[in-house]
Amino acid sequence: MIYAMCFILFLIGLYGATCKKNIVKIILGLVVMEYAVNLFLVLQGWRKNGQAPILDGRTNLEEFAARAVDPVPQALVLTSIVIGLGILSLMVAIAIRLYERYGTFDVTEMKRLKG
Amino acid sequence: MVEIIISVFLVFMVIGALIALETTDLLSSVISIGAVGFALSICFLLVGAPDIAITQMVVEVLSLVILIRATIRHDLTTIDGDRDFFGLMATLALIFALLLLGLPAFLSLPPFGTPAMSQMMESPARHYLSGGLRETGAANIVASVILDYRAYDTLGEATVLFTSILGALAILRVYSRKKKS
Repeated sequence: MIYAMCFILFLIGLYGATCKKNIVKIILGLVVMEYAVNLFLVLQGWRKNGQAPILDGRTNLEEFAARAVDPVPQALVLTSIVIGLGILSLMVAIAIRLYERYGTFDVTEMKRLKG
Repeated sequence: MVEIIISVFLVFMVIGALIALETTDLLSSVISIGAVGFALSICFLLVGAPDIAITQMVVEVLSLVILIRATIRHDLTTIDGDRDFFGLMATLALIFALLLLGLPAFLSLPPFGTPAMSQMMESPARHYLSGGLRETGAANIVASVILDYRAYDTLGEATVLFTSILGALAILRVYSRKKKS
């Protein structure tokens, strides 16, 4: 149920990336797709009545290993979020340059391939 | 209980993403994406991932600043309409087909609340959880995974981040263009 809703959010981002003319809307569609995938991967690691994988002084290790949520998807998604910021800054830089060259954000107007 | 709250936030995120993609004003669509990102951060907090929630919050603020820089100084911020009608219909039909074909795949996953590590006795996640404190000395198991067990991943992440920032700076710099003209 929740996984299916993550998939719907991903498809909304795909719709934005494929059907929109404005280049900022295309970037926002890619950002929405990234959010959906990150949320799906973190939800994979959730355990019913789980706790965050952080130890404090009183926790018993055996009980902790039986109750904590999966730390591996969290670590990989942490990497993925930071990389997403780098990709976003690169896309926005290209969009700003395209606006300066063509005077518009409309991708159907960007037809001159020659520099 | 957590499932219901996350479902409510996911409905909010779907609505926010639709508003962001369909509104004509670029500044309000960027702000809608910000709302979606903060709801995502709350979802991370609910499923026991406080590290990711904090990182998502910081990254969201930074990306809002970057996106507003891209949109706010350009007067031509409203472009109406989509691609031509036939292409739009074909794309929507393909996306709908993808939805129908993709939904059965989610039925084959283990249900929400049972991670894959609870079904495999020898999974690395179990090893990290039970031996992480003894082997690395970090109380936060996520930090011990990204900085010790999988440190090469973090090195690659830093490389990708450095390369992308370098690319953005190389695209945005102005002084070499003046020399040419």
